[in-house]
Amino acid sequence: MSFPLLTATAALPALGAVATAAVPAARRTAAKWLALVVSLATLALAITVLVRFDPDGSRYQLTESHAWIKDFGVRYELGVDGIAVALIALTAVLIPFIILAGWHDADPLETGSRRWRPTQGFFALILAVEAMVIVSFEATDVFLFYIFFEAMLIPMYFLIGGFGDRAHEHGEETAATQRSYAAVKFLLYNLAGGLIMLAAVIGLYVVAGNFSLTAIAEARANGSLHMATSTERWLFLGFFFAFAVKAPLWPLHTWLPNAMQESTAPVAVLITAVVDKVGTFAMLRFCLQLFPEASKWATPVILVLALISIVYGALLAVGQRDIKRLVAYASISHFGFIIMGIFAMTSQGQSGATLYMVNHGISTAALMLVAGFLISRRGSRLIADYGGVQKVAPVLAGTFLIGGLATLSLPGLAPFVSEFLVLVGTFTRYPVIGVIATFGIVLAALYTLVLYQRTMTGPVKPEVSAMPDLRVRELVVVAPLIVLLIFLGVYPKPVTDIVNPAVKQTMSDVQKKDPKPEVEAAK
Amino acid sequence: MSAPAVHSLWTTAAEPISKIDAPKIEYGQLSPTLIVIGAALVGVLIEAFVPRRSRYYAQVFVSVVALCAAFAAVVALAADGFGTTKAHIAAMGAIAVDGPALFLQGTILLAGLVGLFTFAERRLDPAAHGNRVDSFAAQAASVPGSDSEQAAVKAGFTTTEVFPLLLFAVGGMLIFPAANDLVTLFVALEVFSLPLYLLCALARRKRLMSQEAAVKYFLLGAFASAFTLFGIALLYGYAGSMSYARIAQVVDGTVTDVDPALANTMGNDALLLVGGAMLLMGLLFKVGAVPFHMWTPDVYQGAPTPVTGFMAAATKVAAFGALLRLLYVVLPGLRWDWRPVMWAVAIITMLGGAIVAITQTDIKRLLAYSSIAHAGFILAGVIATSKDGVSSVLFYLAGYSFVTIGAFAVVTLVRDAGGEATHLSKWAGLGRRSPLVAAVFAVFLLAFAGIPLTSGFAGKFAVFKAAADGGAAPLVVIGVISSAIAAFFYIRVIVLMFFSEPRPEGPTVAVPSPLTTLAIGLGVAVTLVLGVAPQYFLDLANQAGVFVR
Repeated sequence: MSFPLLTATAALPALGAVATAAVPAARRTAAKWLALVVSLATLALAITVLVRFDPDGSRYQLTESHAWIKDFGVRYELGVDGIAVALIALTAVLIPFIILAGWHDADPLETGSRRWRPTQGFFALILAVEAMVIVSFEATDVFLFYIFFEAMLIPMYFLIGGFGDRAHEHGEETAATQRSYAAVKFLLYNLAGGLIMLAAVIGLYVVAGNFSLTAIAEARANGSLHMATSTERWLFLGFFFAFAVKAPLWPLHTWLPNAMQESTAPVAVLITAVVDKVGTFAMLRFCLQLFPEASKWATPVILVLALISIVYGALLAVGQRDIKRLVAYASISHFGFIIMGIFAMTSQGQSGATLYMVNHGISTAALMLVAGFLISRRGSRLIADYGGVQKVAPVLAGTFLIGGLATLSLPGLAPFVSEFLVLVGTFTRYPVIGVIATFGIVLAALYTLVLYQRTMTGPVKPEVSAMPDLRVRELVVVAPLIVLLIFLGVYPKPVTDIVNPAVKQTMSDVQKKDPKPEVEAAK
Repeated sequence: MSAPAVHSLWTTAAEPISKIDAPKIEYGQLSPTLIVIGAALVGVLIEAFVPRRSRYYAQVFVSVVALCAAFAAVVALAADGFGTTKAHIAAMGAIAVDGPALFLQGTILLAGLVGLFTFAERRLDPAAHGNRVDSFAAQAASVPGSDSEQAAVKAGFTTTEVFPLLLFAVGGMLIFPAANDLVTLFVALEVFSLPLYLLCALARRKRLMSQEAAVKYFLLGAFASAFTLFGIALLYGYAGSMSYARIAQVVDGTVTDVDPALANTMGNDALLLVGGAMLLMGLLFKVGAVPFHMWTPDVYQGAPTPVTGFMAAATKVAAFGALLRLLYVVLPGLRWDWRPVMWAVAIITMLGGAIVAITQTDIKRLLAYSSIAHAGFILAGVIATSKDGVSSVLFYLAGYSFVTIGAFAVVTLVRDAGGEATHLSKWAGLGRRSPLVAAVFAVFLLAFAGIPLTSGFAGKFAVFKAAADGGAAPLVVIGVISSAIAAFFYIRVIVLMFFSEPRPEGPTVAVPSPLTTLAIGLGVAVTLVLGVAPQYFLDLANQAGVFVR
């Protein structure tokens, strides 16, 4: 038996989480370094996965399969396609930056009980989330996926509820109340989605008799497993609801602004850049493969919801006074694009959507982490409290601008490629929706540039006049992300090469062909 | 009148003794129950003859040995094939020795053993007058607050009778799910109920509340027993027999010969329906299903916490076992009549328990309502009426009982000057003071909520799968919705423990003896093992999923 590379990639951060949590209370710094080293080692494993993966090979590679709970028809089945590989790489790349950016976020303010170890907990939880996210990307067994999709909520919940910004405009007590409100809202939304999915998972078992994604998809394709139309639709809705909450899609999005606003910037990045990607990824992998007919049936409604997300998220972002909420609403707008790309059912759209997941992860991480550095300096999240920062902290302002420009998809930066692909892919099939979605880009320019203008330009506010520029640690976090943004903006081929074969497979699952160009059709 | 003449008024000449067949009792197959009841009797003798200072040790020793021996006997019987191929009915048709019975007896014995550990805990309360004390009243008969009570406390009395009472309760519970005729069922019901009523009244602190709980439990329990008994009488009138198999045959219509004494009633469907309903009512009372749940919160809150934990776990196991046997063995022919009713009961139990729990402010009441909601989930599996349904319920009960005892054991640890601090507001910030205890309790709460990788999830999945397979998909959807509602209040407690600031005069966490630590540790271990690698236990439950008839 070959080395179980996929298991190792997930198990390493899981073990690292346990080890980090076990570091004695006094050895806080050791815990941080341990977590960082583990996340870097995980990155090395993820790169090995990337290298070992052959884009032109079979659909699922590096597969592992073991019996687990025979009674429920559950197997421990892992396997990655191009989409999963790209997202695992994204996760593994972002986690070290998240850890580094949150280096001081969980230092205890006051010494509580001798055994109270918030720092260890913070980094252990981040690694735990990483492990669970990676398993979700790898699982080709629906039940296995479901378990980690759900279990992920617990560490996330503690990260949101247990750790917030140091400085809060309403004092620590209100901050704690709002934090726990945000954490509970996050958990209840996602748990409700997950439980409805549980009903659908059980239903799927009753219909199919096992949980293997490949087996069910194959049985469906060759006709040996017949699903009544209404059954398929109900099951699809059960799955889609959970993923739409996670993604999040309008109108199930309201937990995201609260969660991102109240958590620290690194955790906010973890939510939107890593965890939420599981939702959109699962739409591609599970909804389209298991329920192709129902997916096509639901497409019009989903596209409209995605469109609303795009425009509504962007409009609300324009109106925000709080930097983190602004980024949250911008993310909702971006997730609208991703979902639109997935359900446009064209290969450009789906390649674009996958690429978008990766690029959105990097660009949001860059913007949000710099915003976090900014907020930690001034002790306020309100846009109005800033002004003229670029004169006192030019490097900070510069990186913030690049992150912002990436968010508005400036050509030359990575998100442009993906947004363009999504729009082209949508336009070829649904021109009206494609056109309306373009307004999202215009609004994106508005909210990003206004944000930059209000915080960074203009007269220097007295409170920010002594603001230090980015420190070395912070530069180490931001610089590689910016390099990645520029590199993938100019040369996205490495990612598209990996992703495209997987997208073709998915397209053939739903038996959709790209619409022929008009000119050719006219001949 | 001469003496012999008087005597002959109320006696008739008996037939020669030789004509009565000696009952054939398979002592070996009944050994689990016999060991436990025997040990309980020994416990009573210990109370009478052993000096007060060594009673505690003698009682704990006898009880632990008895429960372990009985468990070993269950395992031996199962290994011998009595759960599968050799399953049959013993003791002249009174007791079934089959898979479900053995599985549930094993579960009850383990729950009893773990419960016993929490009963025997003597390090939580500060020593009174130099004597170590447990959770039970110094002298149950002394009036709360009276001089005699103070004298009893001063003398260092402890109510070591709790150990034989526990054993009697366990003995009754062992028979309850194995009972194969209605009289045995009723006797077992009373044998385990009466010790529980008594145990509820024995709290060392808040004695009035404890006694109130016991009275409520007793009155309502007696009422439910009366219903059960009346139901049994009506069923006898219908079938002319107390035996499960015989009643089932009459229900199926395979028996047509009529007992001349019951010529007017036999085969009268009204008797069957009313009798069956009354019998079900009695059992649903014991499992705490809505609308027969009213006693649960008060009794759970008032009873000494170790008793609550034991009762919540073991009673549920025994009562669901009896309910399963009744529905699967006696009344399968009546399925189309009882299924709609049980549907309704399951739905209101799931939703009712989950919704009312949201407003609770006392941790014990909260757990009480949560147990009601769980009764609803288990009922969903019962309704499946399939082999899968039986095995899923068995599995659920096994996982649930350990979580429950563990959770109540944690409740006993969190204390302030007035004893256990059960008001939820006092639990604020517990995660900061004692992260380990809070984390363990969080594990139990997550298991109750059915989060994956805990036994709660595996169990819930099993019963919902069985229900969906059995054509009860709407029930599954409602179950899922009430799980979401229930998750809210479990999460709320976790929020309180971890995200709230500790209160300055908050409770402290007592350091328990190895006994309670063992009970809690076992709870956590079972919860995680059944969550991560449930296959072995599912196999076990599957093998045990067939009733002998």
